[in-house]
Amino acid sequence: MSWFQTLRVALRALLRNKMRSFLTTLGIVIGVSAVIAMVAIGDGAKARVEAQFSAMGSNLLMVLPGTTTAGGAHGGFGSMPTLTWDDLRAIQTEIPTVRYAAPSLRATAQVLSEDQNWTTTVIGTTPDYFDIRSWPIAAGSLFTSVDVDGATKVAVLGQTVVDKLFGPNANPVGQVIRVKNVPFTVVGSLSKKGQSQWGMDFDDCVIVPVSTFRQKIQGGLGNYLGGIIMVSATGPSTVSRTESLVRGLLRDRHRLPPGTDDDFSIRNLAEIASASQEGTRTLTTLLAAIAAVSLLVGGIGIMNIMLVSVTERTREIGLRMAVGAKPGDIRLQFLVEALALAVAGGLIGVGLGLGAARWMASSFGWQVLYRPDVIFIAVGFSGLVGVGFGFYPAHRASRLDPITALRFE
Amino acid sequence: MDQAPLIRLEDVTKTYRMGDVEVHALRGVSLSVELGEFTAVMGASGSGKSTLMNILGCLDRPTTGRYLLDGQEVSHLGTEALAGIRNRTIGFVFQSFNLLPRTSALENVELPLLYAGAGAVDRHARAAASLAQVGLADRADHFPNQMSGGQQQRVAIARALVTRPRVILADEPTGNLDSRTSVEVMALFQELGRSGITVVLVTHEPDIAQYASRVVTMRDGRVRSDVRRAARRAEPLPPGEAAAAEEALP
Repeated sequence: MSWFQTLRVALRALLRNKMRSFLTTLGIVIGVSAVIAMVAIGDGAKARVEAQFSAMGSNLLMVLPGTTTAGGAHGGFGSMPTLTWDDLRAIQTEIPTVRYAAPSLRATAQVLSEDQNWTTTVIGTTPDYFDIRSWPIAAGSLFTSVDVDGATKVAVLGQTVVDKLFGPNANPVGQVIRVKNVPFTVVGSLSKKGQSQWGMDFDDCVIVPVSTFRQKIQGGLGNYLGGIIMVSATGPSTVSRTESLVRGLLRDRHRLPPGTDDDFSIRNLAEIASASQEGTRTLTTLLAAIAAVSLLVGGIGIMNIMLVSVTERTREIGLRMAVGAKPGDIRLQFLVEALALAVAGGLIGVGLGLGAARWMASSFGWQVLYRPDVIFIAVGFSGLVGVGFGFYPAHRASRLDPITALRFE
Repeated sequence: MDQAPLIRLEDVTKTYRMGDVEVHALRGVSLSVELGEFTAVMGASGSGKSTLMNILGCLDRPTTGRYLLDGQEVSHLGTEALAGIRNRTIGFVFQSFNLLPRTSALENVELPLLYAGAGAVDRHARAAASLAQVGLADRADHFPNQMSGGQQQRVAIARALVTRPRVILADEPTGNLDSRTSVEVMALFQELGRSGITVVLVTHEPDIAQYASRVVTMRDGRVRSDVRRAARRAEPLPPGEAAAAEEALP
């Protein structure tokens, strides 16, 4: 019998008992829809966290200067400058897994345009900073190392500052802004980056060459670097190695004997990001377990109904055998029936799951992400369950003796 | 004999084991049935006639002895091969019709063709022709529960005929029918015999057996008597139903 015919016979048998078929697939429907919905929501949440962390910078390490201890009271990280400009150069030149390293000096200052003012964060850094944060330009150009060397009075603006000083969508290139009464020529504006996970607006900043920053905005630490060092590793796999290399290098340079605390601290954003995804991962594992259980239960339901069906249709099986069905034809027919039940359940489950995810996305404002591979895996898995649990009843049907089967009451 | 018999049993025995007890259902049966012969097998229950039918129908294999069907030794064939022979060479008619419920007459008749691997167009055409042959062309889309017993049995006969078999094996085909419809069915079998199809019929009713041209009587697993004689011609068709059938034909 052809595959098409087998499928037709199977579907017809299932449709003959619509209610029963539907109830049988319910286990699989529930399992698959739960998985599809939860994976869509989980992936959406994960993607959002990832996007937020990658906005900070790719493969990013932040080196913060150390703490002070005055009379037993510990200052926080960054309360005392312990990092030097030579430390920065050493990180840049001595560690092979460092792609970029840039200083980040910050000050809060009022910035004036012709007719507006805005208080924002002014960052002094080098051109590598833009690469570390993978921050593309929106208009104009970035400042260069020549600007850093010459301490030119140029500035690159974040979008929020552009909006506040020049109005939305204005092109600020060529305009002059004043920071602490020093005129800076705007050479470029940065594309919008959005907010950090904790609500900080990345675009609310003015970026100037670090040399200019030290001369005109906030100077006076001499050899010490009055900010943090941002380090970008060569790739995701080298981030933690870079972290330990930087730590070793700085401990050497600061002549810290073994056993003492670091006088600086390193924040590994990849680690923070993965920690914040730990919850998502636990949820995903839990979901997989729920899915496995409900598919198992669904499979048992299918097996149960198929066994009932084989018994009910014993005479039909006997007749089919008498008119020439081979055991393989009978087995295939019942297998296809179980498979059709399971796959139908899987497909209904996918539809319900996508619907549920969509509903949750629209009513709770959650971000959801539909992954076609999850859908295929879910349907494929239900098919597998159908074949797995359908095999025994189908095999039993195929082993019936036509003579006894025909006499079965 | 210028032609090999269609069915040839040579000293066939069948022994079942039920627990520790051996049941000798057939104790050495030799039988030849010629092409186009209409044979009735009679006997009390337990005489071995059902076992004989199962073996003739390739549903079961003899314990010893040989069975040649249409010149082919089939007693040692495997399950698959026997299924193929049942499909091509044999048509079955049962006492309880064994039509698939909620399935149209046409599709019931098509059933053996599904396993013969026929294409859809071919299947429909042959099933329709087969239904026409039993006078039910107008009932093709009726379900079994919409038809009388006689009509259902005729659908079953159409199903048996659809693969153009050499043999029709009918097991008490009139057991569930009233006497008028029984005669109708017997007339149909006689017609098949005339067209060269061999019919073997199991019955316990002498009334029915008289329409056959040969009566084999079984007892205790052996052939007790084997009589060839002129068959009574079945001429039943009650005028009402015949007219209805003809009106409906295009």
